[in-house]
Order: sequence, then structure tokens, then C-alpha cells
Amino acid sequence: MARMKFLCDADRCIECNACVTACKNENEVPWGINRRRVVTINDGKPGERSVSMACMHCTDAPCQAVCPVNAFYTTADAVVLHSKDICIGCGYCFYACPFGAPQYPRVGNFGSRGKMDKCTYCAGGPETDNTAAEYAKYGANRLAQGKLPLCAEMCSTKSLLAGDGEIIAQIYKERVMKRGYGSGAWGWQTAYHETIKV
Amino acid sequence: MTRLLARLGHILGAAVFLFTLVAVSPGWAQQPSKDNPNASAVQEQQLLRELNRVQGLVSIPDTKEGTLIQPQGREWRHFHEVTLRWIGAIALIGMVVLLAVFYLVRGSIKLASGRAGRTILRFDTLERTVHWMTAVSFIILGISGLNITFGKPLLLPLMDPQTFTNISEALKYAHNYLSFPFTIGILFMLVMWLKDNIPDSTDVEWLKEGGGIVGHAHPPARRFNAGQKGIFWIVVLGGAAMAITGYVLMFPFYAGLNIANMQAAQIVHGVVGVLFIAVILAHIYIGTLGMEGAFEAMGSGEVDLNWAKEHHSLWVKEEMGKTGSSAHTRMTPAE
Ligand code: HEM
Ligand code: SF4
Ligand code: SF4
Repeated sequence: MARMKFLCDADRCIECNACVTACKNENEVPWGINRRRVVTINDGKPGERSVSMACMHCTDAPCQAVCPVNAFYTTADAVVLHSKDICIGCGYCFYACPFGAPQYPRVGNFGSRGKMDKCTYCAGGPETDNTAAEYAKYGANRLAQGKLPLCAEMCSTKSLLAGDGEIIAQIYKERVMKRGYGSGAWGWQTAYHETIKV
Repeated sequence: MTRLLARLGHILGAAVFLFTLVAVSPGWAQQPSKDNPNASAVQEQQLLRELNRVQGLVSIPDTKEGTLIQPQGREWRHFHEVTLRWIGAIALIGMVVLLAVFYLVRGSIKLASGRAGRTILRFDTLERTVHWMTAVSFIILGISGLNITFGKPLLLPLMDPQTFTNISEALKYAHNYLSFPFTIGILFMLVMWLKDNIPDSTDVEWLKEGGGIVGHAHPPARRFNAGQKGIFWIVVLGGAAMAITGYVLMFPFYAGLNIANMQAAQIVHGVVGVLFIAVILAHIYIGTLGMEGAFEAMGSGEVDLNWAKEHHSLWVKEEMGKTGSSAHTRMTPAE
């Protein structure tokens, strides 16, 4: 089985936010929720870099560990998914997530924040693959159709890579070797306890 | 003629431009070391070393999403899944064991001089209403809070996941709504009982004699003895800590709070919460099983005169000295 990961090559990201838009469109993400966003570091200064970030589908995922009702499960492809039927909207997964991935329909926690929503790696949820019920709650299930997440698939500079961790690490390594520089695989150390050595 | 010359000039210019492009570009593509576009680039490891988090800007309205990486999430997870459970288990089980041992050794503290049959008003209707409103809220807040801390390992294995979610969701609503009567109750307690809970010299004496809990003495006390004053301050200060951190959790990220503030609020709420429950277990014990005649104070509001004399001798004197409704004593039919 593949170990699915995301990798954002910050030296290529041009902050066009197309991945953000593609995700919203492909998954019919509700208003106010961003499963993916682009964060710009040192905005306007020399050495500025942008990183497209969503859920990293962590190894030993912190969100899964803290959830008081066990809403999460990790698939055989190492994709971290959750059940909106089980979630009680406590907001704890956001405190534990190193990448700010979990999103909620409501800002306040009075009563509940609503069912948590986050990047599914375009892999839907616990419902049967590619059913209307699955789509309504979690959005597209491209993985079950043999396709990768749309954000990475349509990235115009191929900054955002998705796929088996070893393969995308290899692509990134070759790039860095060829062009002679690379600011690293952002978030990998925190998400996967390993980084890409070039 | 001039037109032709101008056109030639344009063509020449374009040719020169194209030539320079062709001549220059392969040069810089093949010599990365000469012009490294990454020379001043921000580095993840450096940012993590310096600030322990990576912070940037986002163009979406949700500004807290500007935090790109916060490895502290994994530390907070350890607190929530391991540290808090240990603190909670030790505090709660420890207190239950302590109280059980105390009960076995000391038994219920009996009235040494028996019942007088006459009673004296200790807590009026308002005081008792406030006490029970706060107490009922507290018990449900405690149970629903402990479900967040211990429900997953203890309750979830006993039922199917959807049932556990339904219960947890209901408890979460209860936790949120009952925070209001609880907080209002704490504020009333502060106003009603503050004047009787200022520490004074009788407390020193009371503590020296072990409060009659350790020994069998009955040191003099005013309306509240040092132990009760301790409970009062724990309830007021602990209640304030719970309310402040609780409302921070209920209104997350308001007023510019960031993820580190939210984690800190949860840590304080969790730790103070489990310790608070442990202290209240002791309070419940002494008010029911632990001492004969104590429950009546909050039950009917009237305590037996002998109980009052044994435990709050100075208060009885003060009350007897007064005239008016609050100092009345009355006969109750002996059973
Ligand atoms: C006074 C007002 C209070 C407010 C506004 C409040 C609010 C909250 C909130 C929002 C949470 C987060 C979990 C969730 O969303 O369900 C929480 C957790 C919790 N509360 Fe409260 N609470 C209050 C009082 C109390 C009191 C008095 C206790 C103890 C008796 C308590 C014990 C707990 C515990 C143990 C947790 C779970 C901690 C954890 O495992 O993370 N709370 N509270
Ligand atoms: S990035 Fe956040 S939400 Fe995604 S698996 Fe990791 S901890 Fe969970
Ligand atoms: S918000 Fe939902 S998924 Fe996240 S920790 Fe709470 S119950 Fe679990």
C-alpha cells in the first residue's frame, strides 16, 4: 500500500491560490471553510516564500489521538479521515493539529461548533465510495476513482505534489539536485517525523 | 523613408533583445551557484528553532490560519491524553480512597451532647437556593467535563460509537448551558458569604486544634470555621478560574487569542477542573456521611442548637445576642 503524502515545494509556489479554489469547487466546501490555504512567510520581504497547506495526513495523527469521541480513522493509504456522524464539534482537533487543518461551520463553541470539516485527500468519508451521501458530507472521492487530490493535480507550477510519499520525495530530490537549491519539505518533520535529505 | 528607417530600427531592437535573451538565459540556468534565488529564503528549520512555530499571512478572512506549523499541537495532545488523565486519576481516586479510610478510622462525627430539639436558622432560603443551584450545576458540569477527559477510554468500549456520540453531545450542551447558573451562583456566593469568610484569629486557633476533624476537640468558630473558609475560597477562586478559561474555550479565538492561548486555557480548565472535583468530593463527604447534623444546614436551613454550639460556638453567641428574625430559635417536635 502506498503511504500518501502532500509536499509543497515553496520555491515554486507563486501564491496563485488555484489549489484553494480547486478544492472548494471540487468538494463543494461550505462557505467560510477552507480545507486548503496558502500561507506567505516574510510577505513583501526578500526571501518571501509561500506554502500551500491543508491536512498533512500525519503519522500517528494528533487530531485522532485527542478526539474525545474517536471520530477519526486512518485508511490503508495512511489518509486520515473522520466521521461527521460521530464528531461532536468540540474543537479539540484544531488545538492538537500542527497545521491548522480542522475547520468548523461555526466560530463559537456555544452548544457546538458544528461537524468538523477538513481535507480528505479527496478520499471522501466512511460512507460507501462515491455515493451522494458521501459527497454531501465530505465532497469528492477521487482516490477511489484512481485519481490524486485535485489541488495537486492542477497546480500550475507543480509546486504542490500529492502521491506516495517515496515517489514525491524522489521527485523533489531530483528537482533540488538539478536546480541547486531547495528550502525543504515544509511540515514533513512535524507531520511524518522525517524529512527529505538531499 | 523615415518610416522605413523607424521600422528597421524596431526590428533591429527586437533582434538585439532576442539575442540577449538567448545569450543570457542558458547562462543563468546552468550556473545556480552564481545567482542562488534561495540565498535569502526563509528556512523552516530556522523558523522553528527561533520561534518554535511558523507564522505567515493568509489572504482568507480567517487570520488564525496564518499559523502554518505549530509543533506544540503534539505536546498539547500529550497533555490531554496522558498528563491530564494521570492528574485526574490520582486526584479523584486518591480522594475517594482517603475519604473511605477516614470514614473507617474516624466514622461519622457525632453530636457529643446529643440533640437539643431546638433549632436555629443557619442558611435562609436565598442562600440555600444559590447553594443548590450551584451544586447541581457543578455536578453536571463535572460529569460532562470528565466525559471529555475519560469518556473515550472508559465509556466508549461499553457501547456503540453512535450512542456514545449522542450522550457526549447532550453532555456537551449541558456543560455549555449550565455554565451560566454555575457562574451566577459563584457570584452570589461571593456577595452573600464574603463578610463571614475573611480569615481572622479564631481560624489560627481552629487550625492549631486540628479543627476537631483530626482530634476530638471542638475549637470555637464563628459562622464559618477555617476549613469552611478554605472551601469558600477554593470555590470562589476555582470557580472564577473555571469560568474564565471555560468561556475562553466556549468562544475560541475571540479578542485576538491565538492557538497557544487556547491550549493554555484548556490546560488550566482541565487541571483546575479535576482538582476542584476532588475537593468538592471531600466537601460532600463532610456535609453528609462525615458529620451528624451537618446536612440539615443546607437541607431545611435549620440546624440543631447543640450542633451549632459544638461547631460554631461564637456564631451562636452572636446570633443569640441579636434580636430580630435572623436570630430566632424555635422548637421543633421531637421525634
Ligand atoms: C464556569 C463555566 C464553565 C464553562 C464556560 C466551561 C466550558 C467548557 C468547555 C467549552 C470545555 C471544552 C469541551 C467542550 O467543548 O465540551 C470544557 C471542558 C471541561 N470542563 Fe468546563 N466549563 C465550565 C465549568 C466547569 C466546571 C465547574 C468543571 C468541573 C466541575 C468543568 C470541568 C471540565 C472538564 C473536566 C473539561 C474537560 C477537560 C478536558 O479533558 O479537556 N468545567 N469546559
Ligand atoms: S494535519 Fe492536522 S488534521 Fe491532518 S492528520 Fe495531521 S493533525 Fe490531523
Ligand atoms: S471537533 Fe469533532 S473530530 Fe474534532 S476532536 Fe472534537 S469531536 Fe473529534
